[in-house]
Amino acid sequence: MKHLLRRSLDYLLVTTLALLFLAPVVMMLVGSLKPDQRVLVEAGSLAAFIPGEASLQNYADVFARSDFLRFLLNSLLITGTIVATGLLVNSLAAYAFARLQWRGRDLLFNLVLALMILPLEAIAVPLFYQVALLGLRDTYTAQILPFIANAFAIYLFYSFFIGLPRELEEAARLDGASTLRIFFSIIVPNSKPVFASVAILTFLMWWGSYLWPLMVTIGPAVRPLPVAIASFYTLPPLQWGDILAFGVMMVSPALLIFLLFQRWFVRGVAASAIKG
Amino acid sequence: MRRFRDQNSVALLMAAPALLGLTLFVLLPFLLALALSFTNLRLGSPLPLEFVGLEQYRRIFTDPAFLHALGNNLLFAAVVVPLQTALALGLALLLNRGLKGTVLFRTLFFMPVVFPMSLVAVVWVLIFAPGPDGMLNAFLDQLSFGHWQPRDFLRDRQLALPAIMLLSIWQGAGFQMVILLAGLQAIPCELDEAAALDGAGRWQRFRHITLPQLRNPLIFVMLVTTILAFRLFDQVQIMTRGGPDYATTTVMYETVQALFTRQEVARASAMTVVFFLLVLAVTLLQRRLLKQEREVS
Repeated sequence: MKHLLRRSLDYLLVTTLALLFLAPVVMMLVGSLKPDQRVLVEAGSLAAFIPGEASLQNYADVFARSDFLRFLLNSLLITGTIVATGLLVNSLAAYAFARLQWRGRDLLFNLVLALMILPLEAIAVPLFYQVALLGLRDTYTAQILPFIANAFAIYLFYSFFIGLPRELEEAARLDGASTLRIFFSIIVPNSKPVFASVAILTFLMWWGSYLWPLMVTIGPAVRPLPVAIASFYTLPPLQWGDILAFGVMMVSPALLIFLLFQRWFVRGVAASAIKG
Repeated sequence: MRRFRDQNSVALLMAAPALLGLTLFVLLPFLLALALSFTNLRLGSPLPLEFVGLEQYRRIFTDPAFLHALGNNLLFAAVVVPLQTALALGLALLLNRGLKGTVLFRTLFFMPVVFPMSLVAVVWVLIFAPGPDGMLNAFLDQLSFGHWQPRDFLRDRQLALPAIMLLSIWQGAGFQMVILLAGLQAIPCELDEAAALDGAGRWQRFRHITLPQLRNPLIFVMLVTTILAFRLFDQVQIMTRGGPDYATTTVMYETVQALFTRQEVARASAMTVVFFLLVLAVTLLQRRLLKQEREVS
């Protein structure tokens, strides 16, 4: 009896907390389907969570009032390029650190580990100065190139590669396969989990990135979604339905990737906890 | 020997693109920030570039806006780190009790983490809407049986920073929870069972078994959250612009202000260095705490 009571209390508690966590998300989704003037009026009642007569008008308005498609493509291009090239560049470097013998290796690896503690904020100002000097403001290059090489990604790859059994490579090496060949035909196919984790972590990190694109973009041409929603939100007249519809469309790709690859994502997050 | 030399060049070739990128876009800017912080550099200024020693540091540490910012970051860390960690630990403990639907609940609590902060900020502006119809105002009204006076959270000097803390906790707790949950699941069940057989109560087992076993994940999530507190920018820039009256300004917000409204590259660089030293201090503290642990065990 006591056990049953405790169980019920657990369920009650976890459900209440889940509802509180979910409320802003549901409010956003429901509000995006409502006529603009009702969003604010009904925010204080349970009607905030009930669409009533739902319509996609706000979504149409977003496309009419802003260049949403361009921002979406900008975000996809910037994030996609950082993820794809980053996977290649950082995994190659990590393999060289984890498995090859070369002069200067340990020194350079320690340097990479040291750079890991520098968040973007610690270098944003001088990096902006560099970009401005090179005349690269308001370009895709300024939003992609500096972030391909990533110390933390190298570290994650390194920790995975170091744990792979050496026998995998030995046989191929005896057959005379080159180092690059071994990497691409043996190491990469055996390391899918770490590639997935790094890809998802990198994607989400740059998909939501705000500070840097706010600093380097000037007009809407190369502007990504996070900066675009902030300026759409200040675009008069204030129409909350449109803003929420913008938000729903903006978070959907990230949410989809998270739901599909949750397993690897959680593993990546847990792996990040082991460092230090 | 030939083999070794071959490997030398192949390895360098493999590592070169990443090393080049890190050198040009992380190491160089970092050194540049240090160097520029000792100058008077200002974009478009007619004055010649000069070495001014610690002048920029003297200026920022006598600038009330920057001191407010530093205080706000510290206050944010002091409130958010314990609250968010406690909430995340509570959630992780709840989800570790073998309830049905644990995976679903874990997904729900984690979901805000994948929301871009700029979107979260915009949505919470609506939640904090002033007047009795505002979502949070109405909710607090219900909760207090009609005793709540509607507030304009984001324009209230006392409430603006707590409001930003609240949405930051909402967005960040799931991240901590996932790590703590992984930590809980790594604790061998036998430990807990043995203690239960010896007659230890729930609280005793939590205090003497669970908490010590969770030491490393707890240190990790608390220090990551502390660093996040120092990085605070997106929410402030979108929701309050540092106001009202410096109540929500932060080191990063002041840095960007110095850079963009006044083109003061040198001053912004000095603020960057201060930011870096804060992050470095937190990181060294983490290393030290984790090392102690290794020495003890």
